[in-house]
Amino acid sequence: MRRYYDLVLRPLIDENPITLQILGICSALAVTTSVSTALTMSVAVTVTVVLSSAAVSLIRNHIPPSIRMIVQITIVASLVIVIDQFLKAYAFEMSKQLSIYVFLIVTNCMVMGRIEAFAMRNPVGPSVLDALGNSLGYSLVLLIVGSIRELFGTGNLLGYSVFPTVADGGWFEPLSLMLLAPSAFFIIGVLIWLIRALRPAQIEEPDFALVAEHEEARS
Amino acid sequence: MIEIFVSSILSENLVLSAFLGMCTYLAISKRLDTALGLGIAVVAVQTVTVPLNHLIHVFVLEPGALAWAGLPDVDLGFLELISFIGVIAASVQILEMVLDRYVPALYRALGIFLPLITVNCAILGGSLFMVERNYDFAESVVYGVSSGLGWALAIAALAAIRERLRYSDMPKSLQGLGMTFLVTGLMSMGFSAFAGLNTP
Amino acid sequence: MAELNPLRWWRSLLAAPNTSPLKTLVVALMVALVCAVVVSVTAVTLRPLQQANLAAERQARMQEMLANLPGVEDLISGAGGGSLDVVLVDLDTGEPVENMDPATFDQRAAAADPATSREIPEEADIARLKRRSNFAPVIAVRRAGELALLVLPVHGAGYESQLYGYLAIEGDLNTIAALTFYEHGETPGIGARIADPEWEQLWPGTEIADAEGNLRVEVVRGRATEPYQVAGLTGATRTSTGVSNLVRFWLGEYGFGPFLERLKSGEIKL
Repeated sequence: MRRYYDLVLRPLIDENPITLQILGICSALAVTTSVSTALTMSVAVTVTVVLSSAAVSLIRNHIPPSIRMIVQITIVASLVIVIDQFLKAYAFEMSKQLSIYVFLIVTNCMVMGRIEAFAMRNPVGPSVLDALGNSLGYSLVLLIVGSIRELFGTGNLLGYSVFPTVADGGWFEPLSLMLLAPSAFFIIGVLIWLIRALRPAQIEEPDFALVAEHEEARS
Repeated sequence: MIEIFVSSILSENLVLSAFLGMCTYLAISKRLDTALGLGIAVVAVQTVTVPLNHLIHVFVLEPGALAWAGLPDVDLGFLELISFIGVIAASVQILEMVLDRYVPALYRALGIFLPLITVNCAILGGSLFMVERNYDFAESVVYGVSSGLGWALAIAALAAIRERLRYSDMPKSLQGLGMTFLVTGLMSMGFSAFAGLNTP
Repeated sequence: MAELNPLRWWRSLLAAPNTSPLKTLVVALMVALVCAVVVSVTAVTLRPLQQANLAAERQARMQEMLANLPGVEDLISGAGGGSLDVVLVDLDTGEPVENMDPATFDQRAAAADPATSREIPEEADIARLKRRSNFAPVIAVRRAGELALLVLPVHGAGYESQLYGYLAIEGDLNTIAALTFYEHGETPGIGARIADPEWEQLWPGTEIADAEGNLRVEVVRGRATEPYQVAGLTGATRTSTGVSNLVRFWLGEYGFGPFLERLKSGEIKL
């Protein structure tokens, strides 16, 4: 039982797909301009990775190595098309906003990454839990970044005004940088910094140590 | 077309403006030589797949595209995703085989990065942008080449910077991935200055 | 025992090594088949909902566009209302244009830009426009599935200003339903009366062409004696002539003439 909890909880901070595994970054940066798009993307990715992990795990013992990647991609792509069709039918406004990025779930390294790393060699139950855990970690980062960007970029959260903007007669001057590309990078960079300060185990050691004696030898 | 070429490299760079291909971009940029190798491979794949996908889009997938086969009412648009990916996977496989046969040195140098290109969002993104912006065939070729070049430029630049950063003093928790994100953010800001570029 | 055979065949397939060519083929085919079925079923079942969404969006953008066109809504509701559609038309060929967005098209800007406009030959330039945009939006109003009204944006020189308005034509494409001006700079009390209800109500029912198809509609001095005539404003002859000229221009070969011909002959449907 402990193991199952681990599968779901570890990817939240200790093995977060975005901040440690470097998976799923593209969407984390692009759809986080507002909390609602971040939320939609999180749900879409969660459904995709859970279902595709389950599907791949079901047939994992019978996938010939020569067509391994294309079988995985086919399953994921089909699922994404289905999700996109659902979005276009039931959440049209949302689907317009997400447009090209919904399709990028197919090449979302996190989906492929977890399938390769876990679902290909584990039974369905644990695969689903692993997928769920990683999606939760992914969604967590997306929501944090999305909240910060929307709050400081527009003064709203989920469309509701939290900091009344100057344009609306309030005091808050929105930071337009938050709505632009680079802010997402900065926020995630600082987030990683924070996580590694709390979890030193994640710190990357440099490939080479600088030789201090060299300085001494010269003087 | 010059506008497409310049804008794909500078103001609409796939990595720094549209955030595509980030995972490999961040992971493979530790050393300049491997980054360059990957960049060249991306240019090759992009140049092949964007025009190819354009042809498929125009002659098979667009609403009304199958008119030449006598089926003007068929709309296969929902198959776009999977056919583009199929093309990309096949192109990467073929490129692998071609390189192995004719330029084995390069093939060895690229190693694992070649198959990694199949799941690079920038490649699929390039094809999807081409569809969204309604490029014709010639424009697709130009866009394929230039968007690949833009990606290569970005990763080469980042690798060069990261190599230099190894000599810097910084908080241990920021080392590596954290600093890479911050640097990429700054590069992205720099590249957004190109948005004001006015080509004739 | 025949029934066991497919089951046994299936079991032996599953037991085969993954590298066997037959297994590879079967797995590939099955994955492709299952995925294809799932995707197709979803796409086909959800299509009606998606179309409805797209249609609703189009209507919403149309409303938005109409909000930017002063006076059209009143014109349309005054003539009975209906469902609207905007089409961009290439004036020279009379064909609808596919790849431009009518909602964001600015006809005045297009007329000023040499890339999207043309000069009108002097002898044909009765409305004194000099340049004319190559494209113009046309609003088709439908009732009960039939074309009930066609609203054409028109403009031309008045006495001392440019007159901008809409000419609404009925579904038979030969009767005017309304002519309103939403922008002009004519003299108040004199030329400005073209925007007065008393004059505007002279237009509905006016015929455009005679039985042979000749363009006959005009504004005349004094009283109107034929179905193609509208009585001009007394004391505002120059303005009235301006109106007459611009209506004749836009219904003629350098205006919407080619487009209307195609509509009448059934070549295009709206």
